[in-house]
Amino acid sequence: MTPILEVDRLSLHYRTRFGGRIHAVDDVSFTLQKGEILGIAGESGCGKTTLVSGLMGLLIPPLHRTTGAVRIAGRDILGLTPDEARRTVLGREVSMIPQGALNSLNPTRKVKDLAADVIRSHDERADRSAIHDRLRERFTKIGLDADAVLDAYPVQLPAGTKQRVVIGISTLLNPKIVIADEPSSALDVSTQKAVIRLLFDLLDEGIVSSMIFITHELSLLRHVSSRIAVMYAGQIVELGTTEQVIFDGRQPYTRALMGSMLSAEPGQKARKPVAIEGAPPYLGQELHGCRFAPRCPVAKPDCAGRDQVLREVKNHWVRCHHAE
Amino acid sequence: MPSDSLCFEANHLSRAFGHGRRRRLAVNDATFTIREREIVSLVGQSGCGKTVLAKMLLRLEKPTSGQLLFRGRPIDAAADPREHWRQVQAVFQDPYAAFNQFFSIRSQLKAAFHLFPQRPSEREMEERVDQALLAVNIRPPDIEGKYPFELSGGQMQRMLLARIFILRPQVLIADEPTSMVDACSRAGILEYLMKLKEELQMTIVFVTHDIGLAYYVSDRIFILHEGQIVEQGTPDAVTQSPTSPVTRQLLDDIPSLHREWIGRAPRA
Repeated sequence: MTPILEVDRLSLHYRTRFGGRIHAVDDVSFTLQKGEILGIAGESGCGKTTLVSGLMGLLIPPLHRTTGAVRIAGRDILGLTPDEARRTVLGREVSMIPQGALNSLNPTRKVKDLAADVIRSHDERADRSAIHDRLRERFTKIGLDADAVLDAYPVQLPAGTKQRVVIGISTLLNPKIVIADEPSSALDVSTQKAVIRLLFDLLDEGIVSSMIFITHELSLLRHVSSRIAVMYAGQIVELGTTEQVIFDGRQPYTRALMGSMLSAEPGQKARKPVAIEGAPPYLGQELHGCRFAPRCPVAKPDCAGRDQVLREVKNHWVRCHHAE
Repeated sequence: MPSDSLCFEANHLSRAFGHGRRRRLAVNDATFTIREREIVSLVGQSGCGKTVLAKMLLRLEKPTSGQLLFRGRPIDAAADPREHWRQVQAVFQDPYAAFNQFFSIRSQLKAAFHLFPQRPSEREMEERVDQALLAVNIRPPDIEGKYPFELSGGQMQRMLLARIFILRPQVLIADEPTSMVDACSRAGILEYLMKLKEELQMTIVFVTHDIGLAYYVSDRIFILHEGQIVEQGTPDAVTQSPTSPVTRQLLDDIPSLHREWIGRAPRA
């Protein structure tokens, strides 16, 4: 089966004012199949959000491609200018649910105007009442009181509803791939569950066909994604099925992430979470050897001097030459 | 260990917002006590009134009705609220919002001494800032000359804790201190918070929507729903034999690794 999205050895960098380069995404490869939810996990600053810019074809300076390609249905979308990407890729092929979704709606405009903009930007001749009908239908479908919500200003809506509105607007044009960048980190646990149900419903109804779900909560990915890619310092360090990565992680970083998780299962005695000491390396320099070695609890003397490549261990991909 | 003397005592405490038809009770007839050196968690969904309650404990909101005693005296007994803030301090959700981005971090940590009528000598202030930074595992040279936007969320949250180290309050109100940081920094923040508690012998009021987190940190848990405290008890009692449907819902909604959560398997 040909994948719906193919990321091929992608490296992206930011150019700094003084001529330096920050290599935020380094040698990332993966594929996304139709109907699949891929989870991407990692700490803040590991390149998750930069990767998303690449997946949308939005390479806006100072962000540039170093090497590699992002192909949607065989077409490399990184060759497009940001304007072309906005017209032909965004919304229809790939759409994103932004990280600060609660703050991403313009507070001075009504929800219906914000949503109508999205339709008009792709179809200038759409007429007012047709747009309105379409919005009403879609908003009802995602479980909102369409008339009330469309006529409201964003600030008048509670957090959970606002998040639904953002998801509704992001998926108006039936994008093939939805990228959810920490869609639930600002929500309480109950609203989070409702939002994830909504995302599942969108997949079931065929409004979107695949999803990339970005979060630092591995316990959430356990229930959401079928495969997980763990990122560290711009690279994928482990890629496998959800079961493999969460319960049988082979890369020391994946294990440390699991260990730092507070899985206070109420009722059972809480296991003490262990923080990962230290900070990820600065990505504005040439890096040699294993990037996690300085923080790695099981680092060996040869780790620091040896560049790590993704290799197959136990039917999934691991970037650590000691893993077995 | 919690002692028997009371830190906070609330009798039929309410706080309303709005007028007429739009009047809403954010906190509705709350009666509770918090003992000295106890860690109490306020748990509930967004909008349940937990932050308003926390703000009343901080003397940032006035109760509409009811009585709130701090160590046996009405909370607003003193005319100067700073008197209250010398004893009761807070850590909030968004560390970037808590610091002024136009001033260096170090100068703002030093500004914490303004809360006291008598400031120590310049040298002592510098030394105490250094000690506080080391207490949260940050080397003072690492933040020298740095501004809030140059640090990560986890580091900034530790700066807030360093500030608490400097002020040495007896009571700390922690309002969702870990909701903005990622999972691995969260473990660190909690570790420092517990260390702080041990060292300063503080009473902590921990506000969170995650009952799992509350279970992990607290001596007692209050469950809030629509302004009312619907359940209170020890973590084990609340999580093992919840009496309120609200508590059961909260427990059910945590995505746990080992339990069915959303009623369907991940898609392959």
